[in-house]
Amino acid sequence: MMRALGMWEQQPKGGMMTATPSHGDADRGTRRDFLELVSWSTLAVGTAVALWPFIDSLNPSKEVLALASTEVDLEPIEVGQRVTVMWRGKPVFVAHRSQEEIEAARATPVDELRDPEPDEQRVQRPEWLIVIGICTHLGCVPVGQRSGEPRGDWGGWFCPCHGSHYDTAGRIRKGPAPRNLDLPPYTFVTDTLVRIG
Amino acid sequence: MQREFVEAPVRGVLKWIDQRLPVITWAYNELVVYPAPRNLNYWWNFGSLAGIMLTIQIVTGIVLVMHYTPHVNMAFDSVEGYIMRDVNWGWLIRYLHANGASMFFALVYIHIFRGLYYGSYKAPRELLWMIGVVILILMMATAFMGYVLPWGNMSYWAATVITNLFSAIPLVGDTLVTWLWGGFTVDNPTLQRFFSLHYLLPFVIFALVFLHILALHQVGSNNPLGIDLSKKDKIPFHPYYTIKDLFGLGVFLLVYGYFVFYAPTAFIEPVNFEPADPLKTPPHIVPEWYFLPFYAILRAITFDIFFIPAKLGGVIAMFGAIFVLFLLPWLDTSPVRSARFRPIYKQFFWILVLDVLVLGYIGGQPPEGWYVTIGQIATAYYFLHFLVILPILGKIERPLPLPKSLDEPVLGTAGAQAAK
Repeated sequence: MMRALGMWEQQPKGGMMTATPSHGDADRGTRRDFLELVSWSTLAVGTAVALWPFIDSLNPSKEVLALASTEVDLEPIEVGQRVTVMWRGKPVFVAHRSQEEIEAARATPVDELRDPEPDEQRVQRPEWLIVIGICTHLGCVPVGQRSGEPRGDWGGWFCPCHGSHYDTAGRIRKGPAPRNLDLPPYTFVTDTLVRIG
Repeated sequence: MQREFVEAPVRGVLKWIDQRLPVITWAYNELVVYPAPRNLNYWWNFGSLAGIMLTIQIVTGIVLVMHYTPHVNMAFDSVEGYIMRDVNWGWLIRYLHANGASMFFALVYIHIFRGLYYGSYKAPRELLWMIGVVILILMMATAFMGYVLPWGNMSYWAATVITNLFSAIPLVGDTLVTWLWGGFTVDNPTLQRFFSLHYLLPFVIFALVFLHILALHQVGSNNPLGIDLSKKDKIPFHPYYTIKDLFGLGVFLLVYGYFVFYAPTAFIEPVNFEPADPLKTPPHIVPEWYFLPFYAILRAITFDIFFIPAKLGGVIAMFGAIFVLFLLPWLDTSPVRSARFRPIYKQFFWILVLDVLVLGYIGGQPPEGWYVTIGQIATAYYFLHFLVILPILGKIERPLPLPKSLDEPVLGTAGAQAAK
C-alpha cells in the first residue's frame, strides 16, 4: 500500500523514491490530494448510506403495499351498469359495456384522437372496460358512473371540474385533459372474478 | 473582553449575501477561526458529540412522527406493530431514537462531570454553566415525555408516578395534577399533550444550545489547566478540533451502533413490550437508567422533616439535586478551576462520582431494607458535597502552584527534562 501511495509523492523521501521511480509528473498530485479525495469520498458515500433509510421510510410501508390489490366480483354487474371500486385509495371504474357502447368506441377513427389508442388496446375483454377513475387533467373524479349523471358528449364520462369529455373507452375527446383515463393492471382470475393490481 | 471578528473570505454572490446577512461571517468565526486552547484533551469532545446527538434525535424523531399515532388505542400498535414491522427501516429509525436518548444522557453526564472536574462553571463561565443546567432539565422533561409515547405499561405507570410528584405541592397539588392530565388519570389527553411537548422541547433545547455556544465563545473555552490562556496558546477550531471531534464521533458511533444493532432493547424495560394497562401496576417500577440517581434521592426521604411531609420532602430533594447545580459557581469558593491543582478537591470529586453511581444503583433496587439506608446516606452526601464541602474546601485547601502559560508546564518542568 505504501509503495502504491509512493506514486503520488512529489518530493523523494529517503531512498524509497530512487528505488521506485515515480511514474507520474509532479502535477499528478500529492499524497495529501489522494488522502483528501479518499476522505471526502468516504464521507459522501457514508452520508448517502446513512440518509437512505430516512428517505426510504417515506415510501409506502408494508401495510400500504399489502392493500395493493383488489378483487372484484363481476357476477352482479349487469350490462350497461358501471361500478366503482377502490384500489390503492383511488376509484377504479368497472363498466359492463353494452354492444352499442363497444361499437361506438370501435367505430371511432383512431387518428382523430388526442391520445390515439384503439379500443382493443384498452380492454382485455370487450364487454369489460376497467379504468382508473381519475381525470388526467388535474385529478378530479369524472361523473357518469351512476345513471342520470352527465356522461359527456360521447356517452362515457364527464369531468365537472374543467369540462373534459371521455368516450365509452375512457378516451379523452374534448376538454383540457391530456391523456385517456389510465388503465390499472388487472387479470381475469375466472370469467366472473377480476383482480386489480 | 471583546471578541474580534474576522470577515469571511468569500467572493461573488456569497459576499453579496454576507454583506446583507452576515451568516457566513458568523459561521466562519464560530466554526473556523474560533481560537480554542491548544491543550484540550478528549474530555472536551463530549460537548460537540452531545450537539450531534441532539441533531440525530431531532432528525429521527421528525421521521418517527410521520408514522406514529398519538392515541391511546393506537399508539402502542403504531410503534411496536407499524413502525417496527411495516415501515421501511422503521425498526432502525426507532432504535436509533430510543437508544439515542440513552446515548445523549451518557454524553451529557460525561460533559457535566468534565465541567465539575476542571472547574468550567467558575467565573467568567457561570451563565454558560447555568444555560447548560437548563438544557439538562429540558432534556429530562423531553426524555420523560418521549418515554410515555409508545404507551407500553411502563410508559403508562412512569407517567402516572412522575405526574403524581406534583400532587405533593401543598394546597394546589391535586388541582395541578388534574390540569397536567387533562382528566382524572393519565389518559388520552395526557398522551396528546405529551406528544405535542415532546416535539416542541427539542427545538427549545436547540435554541439554548446556540446560547450555550454563544456564551462559550464569548469568554473562550476552559482547558485542562484551568488557567486563562494567551493568544499564542490558542489554535483555530478548524481544522484542529473539527478533525479531533470527527475522530471522537467515529469512536462514539461504534458504541452507539453496538447498541442499535446488537443490543437494541438493552435500555428498554421488558414490561414496556406490554400495552398500557391502567389496572395492572408493574411490581417494580423503575425509570430509565439516566433518572435512577434522582429517583433514589426521591425515595430517600421516608420521614417528615419538621412541618414538611415525607412525600413533599422527597420531591423537594429530587428537584433540589438539580437546582443546586445553578448555585454551584458560587458554592465553590476556590479561585482555582482545574482539579489538577486542587489535590483535596480532586479526591472529593471522585467520591462524588462514586456517590452518584451508588445512587444510581440504589435507584434501580426495590425500596426495602438496607437499600433505603444506603440511599439516604448517599443522598445526604450528595448535598453535603455541594452545600458544605465545596464552600469550606475553597477556603482551606492549598492549591498547587499554577503555571503561567502552556509553555511552562510543557517545557519548564518534565517536558524540558525530557528534551535535554
